[in-house]
Amino acid sequence: MKKTDTMQGALDLLVLKVLSRQPKLHGYAIMTVIKHTSGDVLNAEVGSLYPALHRMEETGWIRAEWAAKDAGRRTRLYQLTAAGRKQLAAEVTRWHTVSSAIHRVLQEV
Amino acid sequence: MSLWSRITYAFRGDRLNHEIDEEFAAHMEEAIAAGNDPAEVRRTFGSQLRLREQSRDARGVPWLDCLRADLVFGWRQLLKRKVTTAAAILSLALAIGACTSAFRLIDALFLRGLPVAHADRLHVLALRVPDSNGVPRTFDEFSYPEFARMRAATQGQAELIPASLTSRTDLTYATDNEMEKGYVQYVSGWMFPTFELQPTLGRLFTAADERAPGASPYAVVSYNYWTRRFANDPKVLGRSVHIGSKIFQIIGVGPKSFTGTEPGTITDIFLPTMMNPNVTRDDARWLRILVIVNPGVPLEPLRAKLDAVSLHFETERAKGFAGMSQHNIEMFLQVKLLIEPAASGVSRLQDDYRRALVWLGVLVALVLLIACANVANLMTAQAASRAREMALRVSIGAGRSRLVQLVLVENAMLALFSAALGAIFAWWAAPFVVSRINPPDNPAHLILPADWRVLAFGSLLTLAVTLLFGLAPALRASAVQPVTALKGGEEPHSKQRSMYALIAAQAAFCFVVLFLGGLFVVTFRHLNSQPLGFEPKDLLLLETVTPHGQSPESWSQMADTLRAVPGVKDVAISGWPLLSPNNSWNGSISINSGPPTDTWGWFLTISPGWLNTMKMRLIAGRDFNSTDSFPGEAIVNQTFVKTFFNGADAIGHTFEKVNPSGSRQLCQVIGVVPDAAYRSLHDPILPVAYVPVRQLNEKGAINPADGGTFLLRTSGINPLSLAPTLRRLVAQSNPAYRVSNVQTQQELVDSQTIRERLLALLALFFATVALLLAALGLYGVLNYSVLQREREIGIRIAVGARIGSIARLVTAQIFVAVFIGAAAGIALGMTSVRYVQTLLFGVKGTDPSMFIAPAFVLLTAALLAALPAVLRAARIDPSIMLRAE
Repeated sequence: MKKTDTMQGALDLLVLKVLSRQPKLHGYAIMTVIKHTSGDVLNAEVGSLYPALHRMEETGWIRAEWAAKDAGRRTRLYQLTAAGRKQLAAEVTRWHTVSSAIHRVLQEV
Repeated sequence: MSLWSRITYAFRGDRLNHEIDEEFAAHMEEAIAAGNDPAEVRRTFGSQLRLREQSRDARGVPWLDCLRADLVFGWRQLLKRKVTTAAAILSLALAIGACTSAFRLIDALFLRGLPVAHADRLHVLALRVPDSNGVPRTFDEFSYPEFARMRAATQGQAELIPASLTSRTDLTYATDNEMEKGYVQYVSGWMFPTFELQPTLGRLFTAADERAPGASPYAVVSYNYWTRRFANDPKVLGRSVHIGSKIFQIIGVGPKSFTGTEPGTITDIFLPTMMNPNVTRDDARWLRILVIVNPGVPLEPLRAKLDAVSLHFETERAKGFAGMSQHNIEMFLQVKLLIEPAASGVSRLQDDYRRALVWLGVLVALVLLIACANVANLMTAQAASRAREMALRVSIGAGRSRLVQLVLVENAMLALFSAALGAIFAWWAAPFVVSRINPPDNPAHLILPADWRVLAFGSLLTLAVTLLFGLAPALRASAVQPVTALKGGEEPHSKQRSMYALIAAQAAFCFVVLFLGGLFVVTFRHLNSQPLGFEPKDLLLLETVTPHGQSPESWSQMADTLRAVPGVKDVAISGWPLLSPNNSWNGSISINSGPPTDTWGWFLTISPGWLNTMKMRLIAGRDFNSTDSFPGEAIVNQTFVKTFFNGADAIGHTFEKVNPSGSRQLCQVIGVVPDAAYRSLHDPILPVAYVPVRQLNEKGAINPADGGTFLLRTSGINPLSLAPTLRRLVAQSNPAYRVSNVQTQQELVDSQTIRERLLALLALFFATVALLLAALGLYGVLNYSVLQREREIGIRIAVGARIGSIARLVTAQIFVAVFIGAAAGIALGMTSVRYVQTLLFGVKGTDPSMFIAPAFVLLTAALLAALPAVLRAARIDPSIMLRAE
């Protein structure tokens, strides 16, 4: 598997984390949760969120299903798969390693 | 998501688009419902199209998606130019179909291994002997005793399997009056076990059936015959079949896949070699010897060993050749044994059609190349007209490989349609060609499977064709420089150079096809107009057998009975008909009791009145009467007089026929007739002596003939329509007689020229196609170049150029290309003619007139093809043309 770069990895991590806490969310809800829980600091752009969602769905970390809304409209709900759970654990470890490394570098100066 | 769903997405792109859009729409609704500004929300999506593209790439298979788009676009492009597309598809389909047909024939006859074990190690023995003129002849028949010695000498190195030639034989499952024909082959007892073949029913022969002459009266029928003749009835086991004077019991049915060892003939009934009446004779050559060489045994020492055995055997035998001239014995003993690979079996059809099929393959391959060149030119012209489109694609970011793919996909579609049509053509054409190889008594039965081999060939051919005509235009189209193209300028000259090269190649190939076609047609015409020396029209032949022999008087009575049938004008008898492929009778000739001469004399027994029935006139002397006999009297042809009497008046002179044992039969020449074809139209005229049907043995007693042919001259009626009446009449008037075969003399004459007729027919057809394609190609390119240079021509006309100079301007280069091509074609033709000479008759491939005619035809076609373009150029109106720009 290709090694994801840090920024994209961060978005994946956030999405996976959000979905692990609260299954069956649509794209807008994921965006809103990230925004609110980060205290309006982190803002997932639509332009990166959807490609990321579709890519992760392709990889098999998340699963999507259509759910009926009112008046015949549908919305697409995402939830974590087993593979996604494993990936989340791996991403969290990686994030901790990287952030503590960055922290140490900043401390040195 | 599975690979399958990705693939389905690629072909249902609309659904994917729709789903993505729906998800985005839901998002926006949520956002607006949450109190965001609608305009602001829409802005966050930025370019929605681009976003959708990204998501599509993530969820589909991008390249498949492109492919789909290219397919749709290519399809529209093809539909847009219906006429050119149809012309391209038709010409390619014809060429691909013809090539596939040729492959099917060549594969079935020469390449496909027999469905037996160890086919890859299967070989066949042949002998090369110089004939009395020193010309080497190859034949592959051996006597059984010779085979037995060879087998003993090579134990442990190879397994030798004797098998007779398959022959169409009279046989019956009931009484003699219900005779039918079947293809019978005598095979060694160990053939089936060595080939590891298993019976469908009963048992096959084993080595035990090879014990002693006459000891195994058993027959195995082939699966094919079992189906055709017995409708797969298992009760066939135990039935008896009469063949010749013997009765055989059917003990088994062969495997489904095995139809004998001769491609082109399906064996019906296998008999053990030990049951052949000739099995003990050392002077009867009736066996082919198949050899399965053991693994690791080198061929050359094996061949040398067999050669030594064969030479020793023949030398021993030659000591008894009292009736052969010393020179001929010396020639005979220069025999050299050959061992040749025979994985696909051995047959006469292979010998007769090897070169013909190879040349047919060459012809169709050339036609395919011409068709490819045509389509390539078409595509190049189109690529030029699409230069702006390509330039636009490049400027909005299409990669070069993407453009190559676009054009190649379009070409591949063209090739695929052609291949599909070509497959239909090949499905019909290959059996059609085989059905034309139809000597009346022995039509070819070639099994033409349409399996993975043919499919693989067709697919490879299609791929090759696509690349051949499509790759260059695709690369050129993709190499477009947007700046130049969009400015409206173009660089036509490089394109035209390659087009001219293709035109030259087309002219060269077309010339070769025309040249070879001409040779084959002239060959057929020569052969067909060979003087026969007799009149074959309205002549019906009744080959008749009398198993116990009948006196000349009895035969004559039967002739009288037949003469009384309405529609029959005249009846005569001969041993066999002239030009009958399997019958001949020769002997050394001695003049004035001298030693036997080097040249063979050829003989045929005839009844009084035979000359008249054949419409052969006497040059000198008289016809036979009923008291003339052999030995005693003879009527000879002019070549006989020239060969043995130095052209002097031969009437009253005598000659002796010297038999192999040395015994001599004296004949006095009582008549001379003009030369007539004896055995084959291809051979030079042979010295022939006609002798009376009344034959005497050494004691002077009459030798009753056990077979002969009634010749019936009919009038005003289709001779063959008499056949059933005559068969019945013969059986009724004397049960001792049985008609074994009915055919016309014309059929025998026609069957002499079957191969030449077929080659001439096919060559003429492909020459026409090649010429048509080349002319079309020329027309297309000229037309295109006029279109490209309309402005230039308009200016020239405006400043006063004459039509002549415009015509020269437009056509000069193309005619240079045609001339160069024709010159190359002549060179190609000259080099190829050496290999084609054996297929020709009465025409020399190096004859200048054979080159002039195709060159003339090619140039005429080129001129005609150039005419419309020249007219178009001449009609350009400078005022309109220049205003338009």
